[in-house]
Amino acid sequence: MTELPLLRVTGLAKSFGRIRACHGVSLELYPGEVLGIVGESGSGKTTLLRCLSGELAPEQGTVEFRNTDGALEDIHRMSEARRRFLQRTQWGIVHQNPHDGLRMRVSAGGNVGERLMAAGERHYGRIRAEAVAWLDRVELDPARIDDLPLLFSGGMQQRLQIARILVSRPRLVFLDEPTGGLDVSVQARILDMLRRLARDLGLAAVIVTHDLGVARLLTDRLMVMRRGEVVEEGLTDQVLDDPHGPYTQLLVSSVIA
Amino acid sequence: MSAAIEIEGLEKSFTLHLRGGARLGVLRGLSLSVEAGECLVLQGASGAGKSTILRCIYGNYRPDGGRILVRNGAGTVDVAAASPREILTLRRMALGYVSQFLRVVPRVDAISLVMEPALERGATQAEARERAAALLFRLNIPARLWDLPPATFSGGEQQRINIARGLVAEQPILLLDEPTASLDAENRAAVIELLREARGRGATVIGVFHDREVRDAVATRTLDLAAERAA
Repeated sequence: MTELPLLRVTGLAKSFGRIRACHGVSLELYPGEVLGIVGESGSGKTTLLRCLSGELAPEQGTVEFRNTDGALEDIHRMSEARRRFLQRTQWGIVHQNPHDGLRMRVSAGGNVGERLMAAGERHYGRIRAEAVAWLDRVELDPARIDDLPLLFSGGMQQRLQIARILVSRPRLVFLDEPTGGLDVSVQARILDMLRRLARDLGLAAVIVTHDLGVARLLTDRLMVMRRGEVVEEGLTDQVLDDPHGPYTQLLVSSVIA
Repeated sequence: MSAAIEIEGLEKSFTLHLRGGARLGVLRGLSLSVEAGECLVLQGASGAGKSTILRCIYGNYRPDGGRILVRNGAGTVDVAAASPREILTLRRMALGYVSQFLRVVPRVDAISLVMEPALERGATQAEARERAAALLFRLNIPARLWDLPPATFSGGEQQRINIARGLVAEQPILLLDEPTASLDAENRAAVIELLREARGRGATVIGVFHDREVRDAVATRTLDLAAERAA
């Protein structure tokens, strides 16, 4: 309990023209913690995630990340080079569409090895061995290491994207609808894998999803967003089993099954 | 303090915004104290608030007022005021909870699911597996099912997986919400025996049991919520 937060967000705001995409968002994320952000499309979930991961600059507020020296650094006030270095080595972004996170014309092994090289690894044999180990870990056949991701199914591409991100041992991972668009059996497989990896590697994660079932199984804490604001938050099972606000009650009661 | 759980003035109501803001008062100023090693059985008609009390202690329902002091090692945590992280730690270390339904990640095999709470409380893989196997055996889950995900199990089998998950970490406090509802006589007897053993190692139990046989076998005290409310 004496641990310090890995990520500290204070008073975050971002607008697109007259539209307030997210407003007054504050949060802390601790090592090993999985935070879910739920809400309907257009509620500001993805904008918030992109501000947290450094892809989008907020108009107000700060996003501070604890570096390996233990100091908090404002990720939007550091140099571009420093931010890119942290994105490459300390955190990872799993995109909703694998095409945004993979290089489709580079082999599967190349996609995984690239992150290792970016983090400073130069030994070809070690890179290839790590790539094989990670393909196996995300349940992709290592024999397909030289195939292009273009030839993979959607579920395989999503797993390859996860391997590419996790190979460099990030401390923080951002996932945008990681199982959206996948059929249910593949979804279950990826959920189980993500949960195991989060526990075994102790990584912290922020997951945007509109699927409350995914949120229940994967996250420790939940933030409910509506019209750019956080309308309710708490332990995931508290928010889902004892929703307080009108919007959260509507959201929870709208789930089929 | 020798109480494992001390509840003072617990208030819990539900506001149903989708029903025009109707307010459902369930607990109004409930106080109760449970000594370490006791087995308190909650009684009362459906809707009297039995499950609500268990869920408030577990930190699953957020109370409107009052204090819920739960002992954890040498200290106590007020669940009604604790942060999400404090509640997660308290659950892992001090609270075993058996709900009425098994809710788990699909595709994970039964024995891994049972091992999970023990691993989270710090047991080694070998210890966790040994304890999980012993519980599954005693709860009459055939060994050929251990490596299968419980999604296709019968209701009674799923409920026994749930019970095993609640007992495997040997937390000092057990919260049981009708754990024997869908079990046959042989398995009810197994659960009674496991609860006796848990109390033998000093565990405190608070439970809801509709089954008179189980209730009479395990209760050291019963609390009638209807009488509590009338008083």
